[in-house]
Amino acid sequence: MRRVVVTGLGMVTPLGTGVDTTWSNILASKSGAGPITKFDTTAFGTSYACEVTRGDGSGDTFNPDDWLEPKEQRKIDAFILYGIAAATQAVEDSGWVAESDEDKHRSGVMIGSGIGGLTWIQDMSLQVEEKGPRRTSPFFIPGSLINLVSGQVSIKYGFKGPNHSVVTACSTGAHAIGDAARMIMYGDADVMVAGGTESPICKVGIAGFNACKALSTKWADEPQRASRPYDADRDGFVMGEGAGMVVLEEYDHAVARGATIYAEVLGYGMSGDAFHITAPSEDGDGAFRSMAAALKSAGIAPEAVDYINAHGTSTMADSIELGAVERLLGDKAPEATMSSTKSATGHLLGAAGAIEAIFSILAIRDQVAPPTINLENPAVETTLNLAPLVKQEREIKVALSNSFGFGGTNASLVLGQVS
Amino acid sequence: MSDIAERVKKIVVEHLGVEEQKVVEGASFIDDLGADSLDTVELVMAFEEEFGIEIPDDAAETIQTFGDAVGFITNAK
Repeated sequence: MRRVVVTGLGMVTPLGTGVDTTWSNILASKSGAGPITKFDTTAFGTSYACEVTRGDGSGDTFNPDDWLEPKEQRKIDAFILYGIAAATQAVEDSGWVAESDEDKHRSGVMIGSGIGGLTWIQDMSLQVEEKGPRRTSPFFIPGSLINLVSGQVSIKYGFKGPNHSVVTACSTGAHAIGDAARMIMYGDADVMVAGGTESPICKVGIAGFNACKALSTKWADEPQRASRPYDADRDGFVMGEGAGMVVLEEYDHAVARGATIYAEVLGYGMSGDAFHITAPSEDGDGAFRSMAAALKSAGIAPEAVDYINAHGTSTMADSIELGAVERLLGDKAPEATMSSTKSATGHLLGAAGAIEAIFSILAIRDQVAPPTINLENPAVETTLNLAPLVKQEREIKVALSNSFGFGGTNASLVLGQVS
Repeated sequence: MSDIAERVKKIVVEHLGVEEQKVVEGASFIDDLGADSLDTVELVMAFEEEFGIEIPDDAAETIQTFGDAVGFITNAK
């Protein structure tokens, strides 16, 4: 089977624009949470989230003008904007330029989103009601459809290979990277831009997840303490927004052009719960089989896993994943470190699996496990090291990144140092 | 330049992101100002909004240039 490596990284997160800014804030145990500024939350159960802060692009801010002309920004929902920004970073980081027709035909895009243009759908629905159908923007549909991020990125770079998109709720980012890697392994492409993007922080987004009883509601006075996976006082996830993208490349292709190789995609596993539309089964069977399948495809024994980036959303389901990981690692569990970076970024839904795969890659590069911030009073007893509060320097050769989504859809990626 | 022409030009510059001096009488939205078919639909909507008029689809198809737009709106007002 052809080997697949990661040669480019890009992200837009509540902790900053770009991989370096976000990662240094993650390692510094910072939180991206704050009061919601996008709309008046007075009547809403939740008043805080992890928003991408708009500004001039300095510090932790995101400047749309750095990534897209203003006239183009008006034609798309923010999830496409974040996706283009992160994909641009990843492609430029990789140094890959498809010049010949053959290069273009061998380069593809696989970017997904959990929900797509929710804010635009909300706003346009209201507008049709108020002003009638004739005021509907011709860009509403192409500016809201999930696969249009893949479309936009392909147009920008002339990538004419596979153009695909994943929609698997909170597993989207991980599935996109895993599926794109398989396309390269199978020979459909030599280079793939893959990842996820999301912009769900709007009235219907918050109201909808509140109705599912999925969001944290009790930390309005201290939003930065709200996302606290495994902690006794956790009460739901904190909504996030942003995007994460990687450039995946066939190993020989990357070596031949002298690309910087961050890590290798060693394995990919998937499973379905076949249990409930929003809840995982108590026994963690779906999570366990997803991880086991990923390790099997990598040809790696569970005890070789040094670091696990957990799905860990700061809900009651955290302990179900934890139990599945303990079962997977058996008596080697005390030697592994598992953390949830959602404690810092919030839950980016369809982008979560992508940014967390990148954090896992950076953990391998820098030999450091990012922390689970706000884990002050563990609700669970475990032999696993959950990296509470602060980062932990340790040897990391192999990392496992988990993502689980509504509908009972699970994905696990195994990432490792290139040998 | 008439008030209508100024207002039309402002909309064209804003929506198509083009330089003001390129928006001349005979400038075609698609051939000269970089618009695609969706952009022209949006432009017509913006004219309707700005001038409080309705531009039927068959009339919209005849508005190909900046001059066409100014002429149509002047007659419609």
